[in-house]
Amino acid sequence: MTDQTVSSVTDPNSVRKMINVQAPPAVAWRVFTEQMATWWPLAVYKIGKAAAVDAIIEPRVGGRWYERGDDGSTCDWGSVLSWEPPSRLVLSWDINADWQFDPDLKTEIEVRFIAVGQDATRVELEHRRLDRYGARRDEMRRIFDTEGDWGRLLAAFAARAAAA
Amino acid sequence: MINAERTLDALGDPTRRLVFKRLRAGNRSVTEIARGLAVSRPAVSQHLKVLKTAGLAVVHIEGRRRLYAVDRRGIEALRSWLDGFWDKALVAFRDAAEREAARERKPR
Repeated sequence: MTDQTVSSVTDPNSVRKMINVQAPPAVAWRVFTEQMATWWPLAVYKIGKAAAVDAIIEPRVGGRWYERGDDGSTCDWGSVLSWEPPSRLVLSWDINADWQFDPDLKTEIEVRFIAVGQDATRVELEHRRLDRYGARRDEMRRIFDTEGDWGRLLAAFAARAAAA
Repeated sequence: MINAERTLDALGDPTRRLVFKRLRAGNRSVTEIARGLAVSRPAVSQHLKVLKTAGLAVVHIEGRRRLYAVDRRGIEALRSWLDGFWDKALVAFRDAAEREAARERKPR
């Protein structure tokens, strides 16, 4: 099911989204980067064993992007590649096919906050380099043929999607 | 065209996930896949059929043997899932940002 308020462009190796928000870029930026737990579907996407209660982005290039569990544990999701408040954010999403943090398997999420008039923002998001999971043959073969288990990744997605 | 929901549904079953994992070893027969599993060979065949329908398994015929392997189109299902994930996440983000903006506009 597609929400009509979010538009999409088709590209096999990336997911692109655009949404209009009735809030100035500074507010949109702040909610995205500082209040992620208020909107991120933690019930759907988290990797730790504990129930996730927060998602945190450290506000600087090289900062960690991680979840915090209700037991205080943390699990890295990736890191900050670009930090340009309030207009552009690039995160790496380093979750490998084992559903583990793996700094060698970076996909990228770029988010741009574009002012529309005084009080509105167009938010453009691109989740790219998904080919790092699939289209690069040698990597794909390695994932399929060795311990890397992208079946578990899909299964984890399935379990989380079903629980949502 | 692979139906992502069907793909994810197909992997919702733990035994089927186990069968799917075994496909990663490359072309294997039903007998090879069933070896050591706590389910019957016909049950494994049934799981393979579901995986095939979901775009997660392909069959190669070699002589009289039917060999099963992973269907790479599964990655497309992942992309589709992420696509839906971001739809949901961004709508929730928009609502949170608009609540925050409305809160700030209110005189204190």
